[in-house]
Amino acid sequence: MTERVAATPGLYPLPDRAKETLSDLKGHQKGDLLSGDESEAIVAEYDEVRAEYVDDQLDAGLDLITEGQGRWDDMIAHPLTVSDAVETGGIVRYYDNNNFYRDPRVVDDLDSSGDVAGELEKATDLLADADGGDDASLAATLPGPYSLADLATDEHYGDAAEFQAAIAEFLAGEVEAFPAHETLFLLEPSLVTDPPAEGDESTATDALATVADATDADVVVQTFYGALGEKLYAHLVDEAGADALGLDLVAGDRDDTVYNVQEFGSTDSLSLGLVDGQNTLVEEPETVAERVEWFESQIPLEGFDRTYLTPNTELFYLPTNKYREKLNALAAAAEVLD
Amino acid sequence: MVRNPEANRDQFRPEDHPNDTFLLSTVVGSYPKPKWLNRADELVDDPDSKFDESDLEEAHDDACRLITHEHERAGLDTVVDGEMRRNEMVEFFADRIDGYEFNGPVKVWGHNYFDKPSVVEEVEYDEPWLVDEFEFTAGVAERPVKVPITGPYTLGFWAFNEAYPSTEELVYDLADLVNEEVEKLVEAGARYIQIDEPALATTPEDHAIVGEALERIAAGIPEEVRIGLHVCYGDYSRVYPEINDYPIDEFDLELSNGDYEQIPVFEEPELEPDLALGVVDAHTAEIESVAEIKANIRQGLRVVPPEKLTISPDCGLKLLPRDIAYGKTENMVTAVREIEAEIDSGEIDLDNPLADD
Repeated sequence: MTERVAATPGLYPLPDRAKETLSDLKGHQKGDLLSGDESEAIVAEYDEVRAEYVDDQLDAGLDLITEGQGRWDDMIAHPLTVSDAVETGGIVRYYDNNNFYRDPRVVDDLDSSGDVAGELEKATDLLADADGGDDASLAATLPGPYSLADLATDEHYGDAAEFQAAIAEFLAGEVEAFPAHETLFLLEPSLVTDPPAEGDESTATDALATVADATDADVVVQTFYGALGEKLYAHLVDEAGADALGLDLVAGDRDDTVYNVQEFGSTDSLSLGLVDGQNTLVEEPETVAERVEWFESQIPLEGFDRTYLTPNTELFYLPTNKYREKLNALAAAAEVLD
Repeated sequence: MVRNPEANRDQFRPEDHPNDTFLLSTVVGSYPKPKWLNRADELVDDPDSKFDESDLEEAHDDACRLITHEHERAGLDTVVDGEMRRNEMVEFFADRIDGYEFNGPVKVWGHNYFDKPSVVEEVEYDEPWLVDEFEFTAGVAERPVKVPITGPYTLGFWAFNEAYPSTEELVYDLADLVNEEVEKLVEAGARYIQIDEPALATTPEDHAIVGEALERIAAGIPEEVRIGLHVCYGDYSRVYPEINDYPIDEFDLELSNGDYEQIPVFEEPELEPDLALGVVDAHTAEIESVAEIKANIRQGLRVVPPEKLTISPDCGLKLLPRDIAYGKTENMVTAVREIEAEIDSGEIDLDNPLADD
């Protein structure tokens, strides 16, 4: 019997009040973005945001709770943009979106900072104190090494494979400092948008395995913005050290994704991107549940250990009211299936 | 197919124009708002203030009059009110079109947000969007007035689409509404319309959708009306030469920002619509010298003859300090008139416009 788990990889939109407070405290220019040594007032504001995110998720009834990553001004490039070995360059486009992040230029040996671990410690405390927090577990989120290397500029290592490996070691170091977590989401949109050249797949899967090896938690390699290429898919199933691959069933052609699973098998668990993280139209729980059943029915296997019910992307693209409705839709869909 | 720019260009030539050559000078549209107008916009939302909607309308009228005259003082051949009544280029129109709703701000980058609307049902035309604005500006202006309108591709793709099977279909419906608005503007006397499509720069592979949308916008619009298309901050080689098929009179581009590296894109094949060349940077707070702007104008002469060259800033100037925006505009017009005189006297070799005389 497959266990259905409603979860998100985080990166939530800031509550509207915090949008205003933080822009007043921090400013609007690229020099005002988060550097990792923010003032007490800014820390306090983010603490409130984090508490609100935990409440939102518990209210919705999600099975896994994320920290929400309200501080990640540079989206999934965040772990690098707060690193001492990185200088931030100009503002560059974030994938094919009307969103921008600071180009992280790696200029020195990367060393883990403990920045993300600090956020997760605070989330753990919130969860321990919250009503209903006992039934929920913590999910940690990081960029996958392939995407993080893709978003960054290497001005130090000088070799693409070496750079990816260094990013992987850096992320593994961050993971080792994490408090207890049940699941680790590694976000890997670049595997879809800018896949490795043929023959270079194992550099990417080795890097993923390096990060996955740093934790005992279940590791979900969450891909999005469309379907994976079939050869890369096969490599990821076999070599990435993932307990679950995350597949986007909203953007791109979902038949390609079904074909990949039918043809090349799958990880023991799967994470399905079921609600659209980039559209305000909120899916009915029944619709989401049908998508899960439809997908599972296409697959030759008897069942998986786990199916994660997730949004296909991060949720920061949405206004706050719709982000909350998306959480509710996911949690309600898991209940429909039970 | 390209429209007939020759049929409508001369009406913008002032009677007292000093040179034989005429390079049409214009602006893209937006201009810095006077500080007091921003305060007035806030004050009307303050429940403790006596400042009400009719006071705000008066403030908007005053600001439009002020900026229109500021454009005229700078010497522009065609003017805009600086978009004083508009807040943001998508929000302003989404607010006026049935079918859109607002749910709250979304992140663009850092702590910069945009009230990205959602299309929740079929879009429909209700009240005119810009006719009052145009009639007011035309009433206070001595020079012809240009009307910038956010294009349907940008209105469609910079919104959440909840209602249409594809955003392409939404864009075509929006294009029909823009056509209706342009017809009303033309009826009110407008002769210079500019469709703004910044979203095309982010997804140039969609150039055919923009082309089809423009066909709908231009349908039935007489040739004495000049229709421009403004695009900025993109890789133009990905939309050229396809734009030669667009039904437009003029293609308005940001090119000064990239130091004219992209000008050769338009050398072959020949550009069919007129070129509106950006000659001052909209995102640097230094006023370019007249000499520098004249050198920029010569870049345009590499790809079109003077009778097909319009001169404008790269983009809307609204993010600049107002004195800088004015200085850029004034120097731009001075440079245009000097280049015209140099063409008249034969100082500029039109076959080799970058050559020193």
